[in-house]
Amino acid sequence: MSLTTADVRKVARLARLAINETEIETARAQLSGIFDLIAEMQAVDTKGIAPMSHAQDLSQRLREDVVSEADQRELFQSIAPQVEAGLYLVPQVIE
Amino acid sequence: MPHKTFVRAPEWEIVIGLEVHTQLSTNSKIFSGASTTYGAEPNTQADAVSIALPGVLPVLNKGAVERAIKFGLAVGAHIAPRSVFARKNYFYPDLPKGYQISQFDLPVVGQGALTIQVEPLSGNAKPYEKVVRITRAHLEEDAGKSVHGESQGVTGVDLNRAGTPLLEIVSEPDMRSAAEAVAYAKALHSLVRWIGICDGNMQEGSFRCDVNVSVRRPGEPLGTRREIKNLNSFKFMQQAIDYEVQWQIDTIENGGKIQQATILFNPDTGETRAMRSKEDAHDYRYFPDPDLLPLDITPAMLEQVRATLPELPQAKRERYVNELGLSAYDASMLTASREMADFFEDAVDSLFSQVRSAINLGAAPCAEPYAAKLCANWIIGEVSAQLNRDGLDIAQCPVSAQQLGDIILRIVDGAILNSGAKEVFRTMWEEQITWSALGGKQARTADEIIEAKGLKQVSDSGAIEKIVDEIIAANPAQVAEYRSGKDKVFGFFVGLAMKASKGKANPAQLNDILKKKLAG
Repeated sequence: MSLTTADVRKVARLARLAINETEIETARAQLSGIFDLIAEMQAVDTKGIAPMSHAQDLSQRLREDVVSEADQRELFQSIAPQVEAGLYLVPQVIE
Repeated sequence: MPHKTFVRAPEWEIVIGLEVHTQLSTNSKIFSGASTTYGAEPNTQADAVSIALPGVLPVLNKGAVERAIKFGLAVGAHIAPRSVFARKNYFYPDLPKGYQISQFDLPVVGQGALTIQVEPLSGNAKPYEKVVRITRAHLEEDAGKSVHGESQGVTGVDLNRAGTPLLEIVSEPDMRSAAEAVAYAKALHSLVRWIGICDGNMQEGSFRCDVNVSVRRPGEPLGTRREIKNLNSFKFMQQAIDYEVQWQIDTIENGGKIQQATILFNPDTGETRAMRSKEDAHDYRYFPDPDLLPLDITPAMLEQVRATLPELPQAKRERYVNELGLSAYDASMLTASREMADFFEDAVDSLFSQVRSAINLGAAPCAEPYAAKLCANWIIGEVSAQLNRDGLDIAQCPVSAQQLGDIILRIVDGAILNSGAKEVFRTMWEEQITWSALGGKQARTADEIIEAKGLKQVSDSGAIEKIVDEIIAANPAQVAEYRSGKDKVFGFFVGLAMKASKGKANPAQLNDILKKKLAG
């Protein structure tokens, strides 16, 4: 499968990756290579094999519903770029 | 809000489906041991997992899984023996990981159904029952909260809510009016509280509804839908749907086309408006979360949860109708909430046990359906009216179910009339409020109040006979009329006898004695 440079731009935007014009062709070729590999795998006959959603054939362990975490706000916020009145501050987002 | 009269052309059919986010009532978050208590200081309940520090891993909360199963069982749904958590990818500051852990193609709860009671809005239409199909319900984590406008140029982020367990319940587009959509939302709200998986607090955002609305001419394929986001009141839901439906019909009739969109309802103007449509808004690039293994639900776990399921509203309604002889309307009023049903059943239990053990019931009708119907009437009528007046809910009712049962017992055994019982009830209500404010002391019992207020009916047949004899002697003309076949005069005698006894004569007994004596 061959991706277009438009596909690469879209994926980059969705992933919030800055890719400049000179990098686009390299990224397009590399990503296309990955999709070629996927296409090869998809050609394998998997009839009768249950799909896996995880590499390990185990099931999720459950945790009892107990509060175990103490308040560590001060510690966590000591490495935050900007805080105010207990809130983490980020550049303004407008809905 | 400007008043608008909505004219709905009959050739349009409305199609509505709901997505409801219910916050599960666990102590801790879905993937970590941070507390979920509402209203804490910002970020004091945001642990390393909630704020997505690098290297942390999610561990699934058993309490959240049990609540999801409980819901699935309550709507008769298939519970997936294996379900999978997936990452829903998008960027927003209140979602620090850059993805929300949710479920996608393998949700924990599959197809189910909910029976709803619809009260149509137009005056002459009758209430009816309808089955709404539930498509699925899946577990996911809530995001944090953005606080805008505190300081110039910045947004504050509170991650206390991040990681709170949600069950998103998706319905089929089965609803055909705003009334049906509201009835479904109310039934769901009542059910999640009933089975104890969600506190249902809509102000605090524990129960949030997204409503998908489209219109079409009957027989045509589904129209394009617009999704009204985040409605947290049934009243707003009603208004938002009414406005949106009219807007869509007007748009199409004026030659326009509906564009799929996410819209918000403004309660101040009563209007809906489209949110800025993000170009890639729905490209979430879901994939199975490698940090979480598939969730296996064993038959043993299923049975464990099933054992904790209370009798459901629908089963209760049927039992009230079939075993207690109540009307469908009464049964549905009494099952509006679990607290209401509990109150009714406690009153009936207390009353029945006394009715059964009472020896001296005299001529009063003592059949259990009569007693049950009296309890129903009282709770739907007098009790609810007083609760409304004082702004209380049934769980806070000053007169307990047992106390109410004690009052009704005296109606059943003929000691007092319904009017007397109301006086006892109101007296007990006021006394209970006064005494509990002063601490501890109980109101007087029903029997003490009846005694003190002299409300007891005269059931002494000697005394009633004496009154009847005097009336017959004093009214020979009416007696003659009655004996010549004019039955209507009977009421005249009852009235006189009641007056003479100051309203305290036992009516059943009085009727018997009057009939016998008048017959000559």
